[in-house]
Amino acid sequence: MMDRRDFMKYAGLSGLSLASIPLLKKLSAAELPQGSSHATKQLAMVVNLRKCLELDNCTKCIEACNQTHNIPLIDNPDDNIRWIWKERFDRAFEDQEHEHLTESIRWSPLVVMCNHCENPPCVRVCPTQATWKREKDGIVMMDWHRCIGCRYCMAACPYGSRSFNWRDPRQHLAKIQPDYPTRTKGVVEKCTFCDERLSRGQLPSCVEACSEKALTFGDLSDHKSEVRELLSSAYTIRRKPSLGTGPQVYYIV
Amino acid sequence: MPRDFNRIVLGLAVFLALVLTPVWTNLFRSVPPLQDPEIATRNIPGKDKCVLPSVEMKVTHMNLLNQWRDSVVRNDQRDYATADGRHFDMSLSRTCMNCHTDKAKFCDRCHNALAVNPYCWDCHVEPLVQPASMGTEVR
Ligand code: HEC
Ligand code: HEC
Ligand code: HEC
Repeated sequence: MMDRRDFMKYAGLSGLSLASIPLLKKLSAAELPQGSSHATKQLAMVVNLRKCLELDNCTKCIEACNQTHNIPLIDNPDDNIRWIWKERFDRAFEDQEHEHLTESIRWSPLVVMCNHCENPPCVRVCPTQATWKREKDGIVMMDWHRCIGCRYCMAACPYGSRSFNWRDPRQHLAKIQPDYPTRTKGVVEKCTFCDERLSRGQLPSCVEACSEKALTFGDLSDHKSEVRELLSSAYTIRRKPSLGTGPQVYYIV
Repeated sequence: MPRDFNRIVLGLAVFLALVLTPVWTNLFRSVPPLQDPEIATRNIPGKDKCVLPSVEMKVTHMNLLNQWRDSVVRNDQRDYATADGRHFDMSLSRTCMNCHTDKAKFCDRCHNALAVNPYCWDCHVEPLVQPASMGTEVR
């Protein structure tokens, strides 16, 4: 039997827990992911694989990027540096691979790069704010001056879009392009959608270099942009969308 | 006279000589005279004035560079307007080094004398003294 004292105690506790409902509601609301309405500018890339795969072994976009940004050529897969590179379908789209895919999609390496996520996990883990999501256009930026080389961002990125300089990159550059700094041993680097070219009114160098016009770049918040038109006219997929990162590189298959 | 006087004096002399090594080695070293940094563009119209007055540059160029760096990288602002209405593209390699083309005879002369060693050049590409066409060969 419950005595009077105990009854009062439990009644009081239940009352308290009722009072905490509004608080719990607030907390759970804060956990909800933000919708992807693109109220602000969000730059994105659409890769048309039908066009891209027409030319076998074409690497024009990759070469253009490597030259523009002084990216060293290191063969060893453990310490090579890559901003835009090729990956086989089953590695790029693990969760969408099956054995009856068309031969060309299944076996041709396709271009991948930083996805400039809506909700970038790399940004969340960076202890020095050396990487951040730029408010005005959604680019996931890098500040190489602040990078301390802790590589948390590399662990956080589900796409392998970040490379660490294990060696002095200048030793592996045939030519140094003087307009863009190299990086040093001990910093992490990745694609920035060519922010330095955008601020001079140019397109990213990979987009400019593609003779097949397989790469389209633009603003998703603009209804009339080329990227929006492509996305509304063709079926597109993204890499690992189920992780909730909101990747902004779309593929027409 | 205390016992072992000579030995004590000898010991003291050796001790002093050793302790004062930095002093006497420097006394006899010929130090090259401090060279002024070379201002290559003093007489080229349009390049005869620095971004800020020279007196200010001497003291604050490192702060100006930090400000430029943050402005470009973090705020995407690349245009710098001076008080007297000139405009510069905020860039270490493309702007500072476009006038001060010879890093060794300008930046380094000062920095070496003062034992300052900015690490900027680990990444930023220093200009070749002879203007190159496009790329710079690796040294
Ligand atoms: C348009 C050409 C030009 C540009 C650009 C320029 N400078 Fe200068 N700089 C000069 C000239 C000319 C002088 C000498 C002015 C004088 O003595 O009145 C000078 C003087 C200086 C001095 C003082 C040297 C001394 O001992 O008197 C420093 C330091 C300096 N510049 C650093 C820089 C840095 C750093 C930058 C980039 C942020 C820069 N300059 C960009 C032309 C330029
Ligand atoms: C008139 C002499 C002089 C000249 C010329 C000069 N510097 Fe300096 N520089 C200094 C002094 C002095 C310091 C400050 C040292 C300190 O604060 O301990 C300094 C510091 C710096 C720093 C900060 C270094 C650090 O470790 O914080 C940078 C960056 C720099 N200079 C860049 C340049 C560049 C680039 C040039 C050539 C365009 C140049 N300087 C030319 C005298 C000079
Ligand atoms: C780890 C490599 C690295 C080091 C070290 C480094 N920078 Fe940079 N810096 C960069 C990169 C990459 C950019 C971006 C270039 C762009 O967006 O055009 C940049 C941009 C800049 C810019 C603006 C754009 C330009 O073309 O100059 C300035 C100014 C600058 N850095 C100054 C400095 C100074 C001063 C130092 C030394 C105290 C330094 N940086 C050291 C990599 C580096």
